[in-house]
Amino acid sequence: MKFGKIIGRVVSTQKVESFEGLKLALIQPLDEKLNLAGDAIVAVDTLQSDIGQIIYYETSKEASRIIEKEMNPCDAAIMGIVDNINITESK
Amino acid sequence: MRLGKVIGTVVSSTKAKGYESRKILVVQPIDPDGKFVSTSFLAIDAVQAGVGDIVLTIEEGNSARQVINDADALTVKTVVAAIVDEVSK
Repeated sequence: MKFGKIIGRVVSTQKVESFEGLKLALIQPLDEKLNLAGDAIVAVDTLQSDIGQIIYYETSKEASRIIEKEMNPCDAAIMGIVDNINITESK
Repeated sequence: MRLGKVIGTVVSSTKAKGYESRKILVVQPIDPDGKFVSTSFLAIDAVQAGVGDIVLTIEEGNSARQVINDADALTVKTVVAAIVDEVSK
């Protein structure tokens, strides 16, 4: 999993069937100090996050399992909304 | 599997299915000499690791589910699977 910040939404009318009713969030990956870490990605959001919130997301097959159907075209999903990060040591 | 150092913890009350009541650690990948490399990531703790520990992490779903002993945690991919005592070269 990686930290990320919700920086926007992606709206799509014409989409594959299994995306129906799902929210898509635009996420800026971050490191533990909330510095930018790579390019923005799009992830499925089932946790009703808000723009500006810090979240963590997971990628690959496990992300698609957030949709409780078989065979989902999805490779990133938000797994939790961060309340607090406690870092004791960093680069 | 990757070597890392636990550098922090994350508190989160809104979580996806499979993550409820699991401790989440912030892991900084390290090289064999202990030097920090690459970007930190988050992993579910399966071995009661704490901040400062050198750990072994797995980033593969089937293995992760075996490690946390929960075949139904289908969304779990990244876990801390061991606390490292020593790395010798």
